[in-house]
Amino acid sequence: MSTVATAVIEIEQASFAYGGIPVLEDVSLRVEAGEFLGLVGPNAGGKSTLLKLVLGLLRPQQGRISVLGRSPKQARRHLGYVPQYPAFPRDFPIQVLDVVLMGRLGLGRGLSSRFGAWRQRDREIARQTLIEVEAGELAAQPIGALSGGQLQRVLLARALVGEPEILILDEPTANIDHRLEGEIFELLAQLNKQLTIVVVSHDIGFISSYVSRVACLNRTLICHRTEAIDGNLINELYGERVRLINHHHGDAQTDLSAAAAADSKEPQTSLHPPQEHPVHG
Amino acid sequence: MAEFFTALLEHSFLQQALIAGLLASIGCGLIGPFVVVKRITFLAGGIAHSVLAGMGAAVFYGFDPLSGALAAAVVAALLIGWVRLRWRTGEDTAIGALWAIGMAVGILFVSQTPGYATDLMSFLFGNILLVPTRELWFMAVLDFVLFVSVALFYRQFVAVAFDEEFARLRAVPVDLFYLLLLVLVAVTVVLMIQVVGLILVIALLTLPAATAGQWTGTLAGMMMGATLLGALLTTGGLALSYAPDIPTGPTIILLAGALYLLSAISAGLRAKRRAEKAVRSITRG
Repeated sequence: MSTVATAVIEIEQASFAYGGIPVLEDVSLRVEAGEFLGLVGPNAGGKSTLLKLVLGLLRPQQGRISVLGRSPKQARRHLGYVPQYPAFPRDFPIQVLDVVLMGRLGLGRGLSSRFGAWRQRDREIARQTLIEVEAGELAAQPIGALSGGQLQRVLLARALVGEPEILILDEPTANIDHRLEGEIFELLAQLNKQLTIVVVSHDIGFISSYVSRVACLNRTLICHRTEAIDGNLINELYGERVRLINHHHGDAQTDLSAAAAADSKEPQTSLHPPQEHPVHG
Repeated sequence: MAEFFTALLEHSFLQQALIAGLLASIGCGLIGPFVVVKRITFLAGGIAHSVLAGMGAAVFYGFDPLSGALAAAVVAALLIGWVRLRWRTGEDTAIGALWAIGMAVGILFVSQTPGYATDLMSFLFGNILLVPTRELWFMAVLDFVLFVSVALFYRQFVAVAFDEEFARLRAVPVDLFYLLLLVLVAVTVVLMIQVVGLILVIALLTLPAATAGQWTGTLAGMMMGATLLGALLTTGGLALSYAPDIPTGPTIILLAGALYLLSAISAGLRAKRRAEKAVRSITRG
C-alpha cells in the first residue's frame, strides 16, 4: 500500500445498539482504496451490523462514518452489496437477468434512466456481468430454480452491475460447499484488481489466504493487521478453549491461518470443526 | 348464453355492464400481480372494507358514493402504509382495525340516510347492471392513472416488491413507492367496487393474477394473463347470470374461484408429470 493511499471507508469510534443491546462499541476502522479486507468474528459479533452502518441502512448512535468522503447514504449508489440471506421470496416470478438489472437502478441521469422499461444498453451490461461471474447461461432462468452457488453468483452479478467502487459481501459463501467457496474467492481476487472489497466471514482460516488484511470484530475491533493470525489472537476473539489446526502446505511453509472450533458453547462460534477441514491451502 | 348475446345488442345497460367489466379487468391485471407477489392480500382487503365509511358518508351528505369510496380508500391505504413504515410491526392489527371500523362507520351513515338501505347491498356486492355512463368515465380515468403510474415506475415497483432492502441501497425511495403502490391498490379497489362490490373485490384483485402466476414465470406475463382472465371472468359472469337473473358479482367471483382451483390442480399435475418424465429420462440413461 503506498503512502498516498486514500481511505474509502472511515469509521471513527462508532457505537451501535439495537434497543438496549449494545452490538458495537467504539469501533474505528479505515479501509483504503484497493484493499481486500476480511472482517471476521464470532456469530453475533456485530459484523453484519457494521456492514449495515457502512451501507447507511443503520445509523450509529455514536461516532462518525464516511464512505468515499461522503455520508454512507450519499455514497450508496457507488457500493455493491451481496447480502448473507437473499431478502426476497424464492418463488417470486422473475428471471435472473431482471434480478441482475435491479443493480442498475439509480444509475445514470436523464429521463430514460429513471422511467419506463430497461434500456438495451442496461440489458447488455447485465448479460455481460453474468458472463463475468460465470453465470451467463442462467439469464433466462427463474430465480427460484437456482442452486445455492448459482444464486450467489447471480447476487454477485447484481452487486457488480451497478459499477461499484467498493464491493461489500456478507458471508457470501455461507450456504455453499468448499469447492464453490474457493471459486467465488478466486473471482473476488480478480475483481480486487479494480475494486475495494470488504468481505464478512466467520471462517478466518479460509479467507486469510485471499484477503490483504483481516479485521476481527467481537463487539469491538480486536485487531486489524496484515500479519498472520496467531493462537492468542484467536483466543482473544473467540474466548477460551479454542483449538487451532495447523495447515501444512506442499512448500512446507506453515500456515497458522486456519480456524478453530470452540469446545465451549460460550461464546458460540460457527467455525467448522477440524474433521471436515482438510482442503484449504 | 345465446339469450345474453342477443340482449347485448339490444340493451345499452348490458353494453355498459360489459364495458364496466372490461375496465375493471385492466386494474385487475395491472395491480393484482403486485398484490399477489407482495403478499398484501389482507392489506387490500382492509382497504376494500374501510371504503364503506367513505361511501356511507358520501350518500349521507349527498355526494357521489364513488368519490367518497376513493377518498376513504386512499386514506386507509396511507394509514396502513404509515403504520408499517413507522413501526415495522403492528401492521395486521392496523389492517384489522381499519377493516372493522370502516364497515361500522359506513353502516351507521347508511342507516341514517333515508331510502338507502337497498344501496347498501350494491355497495357490498356490486351491481354491474346499474353502472351509469358517468361512472364508466370515472373508471376509465382510474385505469388511466393506474396505467401511467405502472408504465412510468415499473422498474421501481418491481424492485420494491422484490427486495426492499436492495432497492433502498440502489437509492430508490422505497417508502414513497411502497405508499404509492398502496394508493394504486386503493384506486383499483374503487375501480372494482361497481362490478363486484367491496366484499368481493379481494377475489377479483387476486384470483386472476394468482391463476396467471401458475402458468407464467414473469411479472409482465402475470399482468397480461390477469388482464385477459379478468376480462374473460367479468364477461362470462355477466353472460351466465343474465338469463337466470342471478346477481352478477357473486357469479363472477364463483367463476374466478372455480378457474383458480382448476388451474391449481392442473398446474400441480403438470409439475408432477414433468418430474416423473425427468426421472424416467435419467433412469433410462
